[in-house]
Amino acid sequence: MMERSEAELIAAVLKGDAASFEPLVAKYSPRVFATARRYARRESEIEDIAQEVWLKAFDKLKSFRGEAPFEHWLMRMAVRTCYDFLRGHQRNRISSFSEISEPEEDWLERFVAEPGNAAEDADAAKMLINRVLEKLSPEARLVIQLLEIEDRSVKEIAKLTGWSVPLVKVRAFRARSEMRKILLRITQNKYL
Amino acid sequence: MKLAELQKKLIAAARLQAPDERVPYAFEKRITALIAARAKADRWVFWARGLWRAAAPCVAVAVVFGAVALFQPATPDNGNDLSQDFANTLLASAELPDNSSTP
Repeated sequence: MMERSEAELIAAVLKGDAASFEPLVAKYSPRVFATARRYARRESEIEDIAQEVWLKAFDKLKSFRGEAPFEHWLMRMAVRTCYDFLRGHQRNRISSFSEISEPEEDWLERFVAEPGNAAEDADAAKMLINRVLEKLSPEARLVIQLLEIEDRSVKEIAKLTGWSVPLVKVRAFRARSEMRKILLRITQNKYL
Repeated sequence: MKLAELQKKLIAAARLQAPDERVPYAFEKRITALIAARAKADRWVFWARGLWRAAAPCVAVAVVFGAVALFQPATPDNGNDLSQDFANTLLASAELPDNSSTP
């Protein structure tokens, strides 16, 4: 059987053929899961986010006008669902830094002694940045993730999040300073 | 310590983490099943919602009729009690004189 195009599948779903949604889920789930994994750690939470994204996409499919690719529309939904998830789990991020692991401490010590010697591809650096990201407020985390880590433009972020361009800029400024404060707290505890 | 440099280094470390695109087995089937189950549940919700909506007007009608019955001015009693009439009619045959024994 010939494979149906995305537009045909969407049209079929809108006509009431829910089974036509399945190929779309199969095609774009890797992207949805990758996005969810940037904001949640536990596999059960990641699955919940992905599930919510797809159920929202099904419910709001009527609002998809086909002007932009389906993937962009879906990613907007995924980012906003992740943001809602972060806001819903805010309490979890308030904890002390005393739980920094030994490899992370070693990496920091190496950085203090000789910044060039502390490799960014080290597992300890990855653990440390994940820990720092978890401490950020939901807005700051989303902005740092999209702007600094995924290297997206302010305009793109505005589209993804539904925030205005000036708001993204303000939040980016605040996010950077929030991150610096967290880093200062870590380093003050250990090295000052 | 140079915080800005540390920040840059950690951001670079985050960039090096490749996004994991693993999807659980038969995830798309699960989503389709969930959507189908929700559609079934929606039908029940439709009926329940309709019935709930109908309940309020029904209660309003009952209250109105109850009020009308309660506050209706009493009709002048001409001495005929319905229950008495009913008993009279029912026992009428019993009170008839027994003509069969007379010649």
